[in-house]
Amino acid sequence: MTAVSDTSAATRSPRKKSRLAKTLSLMRKKPLGAIGGVIILVFCLVALFAPWLAPFDPLKIDSSNLLTPPNASNWFGTDEFGRDILSRLIWGARISLFVGLSAVLLGTTTGSVLGLISGYFGGKLDSLIQRVMDTLMAFPMLVLALAMVAALGSSVRNVIIALAVVIMPNAARVIRSSALTVREKPFVEAAHNLGLSTWRILFRHVLPNCVAPFIILATAGLGSAILSEASLSFLGLGTPPPEPSWGAMLSGKTQRYMTEAPWLAIFPGLAITLVVFGFNFLGDALRDILDPKLRSR
Amino acid sequence: MTVYDRQLANGAATKEATMNKTVPVASDAPRPLVEVDDLKVHFPLRGGILGRPTGEAIKAVDGVSFTIFEGETLGLVGESGCGKSTTGRAILQLRRPTGGHVRFEGKDLVQASDDEMRAMRRHMQLIYQDPYSSLNPRMSVGDMIAEPIRVHGLRVGSVAVKDRVQELLELVGLSPDFAERFPHEFSGGQRQRVGIARALAMEPKFLVCDEPVSALDVSIQAQVINLMERLQDRLGLTYLFIAHGLAVVKHISDRIAVMYLGKVVELAKASELYTSPKHPYTRSLLSAVPIPDPKVEKSRKRIILQGDVPSPLNPPAGCRFHTRCPMAVPKCAAQEPPFVDTGSGHFAACWRSDEIQQMDVIAESKPNMLGGPHPIV
Repeated sequence: MTAVSDTSAATRSPRKKSRLAKTLSLMRKKPLGAIGGVIILVFCLVALFAPWLAPFDPLKIDSSNLLTPPNASNWFGTDEFGRDILSRLIWGARISLFVGLSAVLLGTTTGSVLGLISGYFGGKLDSLIQRVMDTLMAFPMLVLALAMVAALGSSVRNVIIALAVVIMPNAARVIRSSALTVREKPFVEAAHNLGLSTWRILFRHVLPNCVAPFIILATAGLGSAILSEASLSFLGLGTPPPEPSWGAMLSGKTQRYMTEAPWLAIFPGLAITLVVFGFNFLGDALRDILDPKLRSR
Repeated sequence: MTVYDRQLANGAATKEATMNKTVPVASDAPRPLVEVDDLKVHFPLRGGILGRPTGEAIKAVDGVSFTIFEGETLGLVGESGCGKSTTGRAILQLRRPTGGHVRFEGKDLVQASDDEMRAMRRHMQLIYQDPYSSLNPRMSVGDMIAEPIRVHGLRVGSVAVKDRVQELLELVGLSPDFAERFPHEFSGGQRQRVGIARALAMEPKFLVCDEPVSALDVSIQAQVINLMERLQDRLGLTYLFIAHGLAVVKHISDRIAVMYLGKVVELAKASELYTSPKHPYTRSLLSAVPIPDPKVEKSRKRIILQGDVPSPLNPPAGCRFHTRCPMAVPKCAAQEPPFVDTGSGHFAACWRSDEIQQMDVIAESKPNMLGGPHPIV
């Protein structure tokens, strides 16, 4: 046995690759994921550098330029107030991405932790958590979000909280069912037998094995979060009207002018679609990368 | 032997011995490491819409007692569902027992709180039957083995932990390079070695091996068994080796306990159990072991038990084996036979263990005396 150790110590392969090389090889293996990542990155950069990128002031009303189709100066056309759509899209990325991402992150994370606790511990705690989730799920998504924003007051922070609460029960349900399966696996008992703390078992052994549904939930939830923010804005409870958000651009008056001026809806719709696509691609790739079985070396 | 007995026997030195392992015990008599006393594990049944306990319970383990001495291997055999694995888990408190006592170095584990138990787990580990589901698929083998070392502070500093992991991998016959790999990259036998390395990371004294080779190929079984024997010699481990067949257990065990329907029916030195079993159930189990010689094998007489194992929900009164026993008498159905020493540490629970040598004759001439299904000889 000692002989084995000597030779292996000498021939230990330099397996450690540089971070850049690792990332590049990952991108080659998951081209769709890479595309998704690039889309998200571009949108984030756009949101970040909005003041420098936007050709016009997104709030500037120009009554001589109402509903102009896309042209050389207004690439994506103007809306019913003569505001530049491209500029509004660029500025809107800030609110839409911020609200969508934060709501999904907050909602799926709290939902997952609750689902994990619920599924792993079971018993009365499980019943309690699940009944609360049932109650939340009994309301239509938008009605619940509306009620919450109405109660908390309309602000970006409260919209995020309201959307997170709406997203949470789904996550709690899905993760609970995964946790129920995983907790019966012998490796969880083994972890317990190794004298590990309950929290360590939960977050190091059970949670990582529930990660696939978590990522799917998060990516699928993002699109609906951006759209729900839109609906809230439309009802006057989301982002206050003159502020641009993609959802707000799609709703309201847009619907009346859509047939004559389709660019009003096409560009914000396209932006939402792209972001959702980007997250789905990225999420799929992440799920595979995080699974050692699917990650070929 | 209770703690009290031992204290009387060894005087004040014993207390020190249990506190501080380096103090040797004066006599060369083997020191009991694990004492199981009337261990019971019942699973209450729930029924109705509200899922209330019905008062009935599945008696998976129902009054099991034995002692495991330091450095020995106690084999535990029995057919599926007889409670062997549950016994193993109840000893480790992975299933809290319904009743009875489990003493480890004199300390009662049944009464230990969860926190106390967490500290005690260092000394006792479990090796799993299924090498596939017993390793976390999302953790590298190195992390898996390092985790208990870090959590229990057995080595301090990442270099020391890493060295220890590599040492453990070598100890179980794996290349230290494997630390970065994930479980799915290994074969069943290799995974089982990883499981053993993870258990050894805790530097335990006592290992419960829950059918550690029954999920492996025969050629790999021998390798793993040999590894376990080598480790025992090298590290002075004590094993409770659970298996459902006598063939594997015979090789590794010093003493063997035979379980039937939640009870130990016979316990003896391995050699003695094979040559002169004192319980009819053991005899029938032994007769099922094939002999690797076609001539002898042809003439081998098998005692095939009729019927199925009765439900542990409602075990038969008296001797639990009487419904299938080829030599049962009315007394067997009425009174439960005590688990007694029939001489030189050979325990058996049978009213007729003295007459057992005549069993073959009895079985041939008279089927089940109680009129039950008769055995084919």
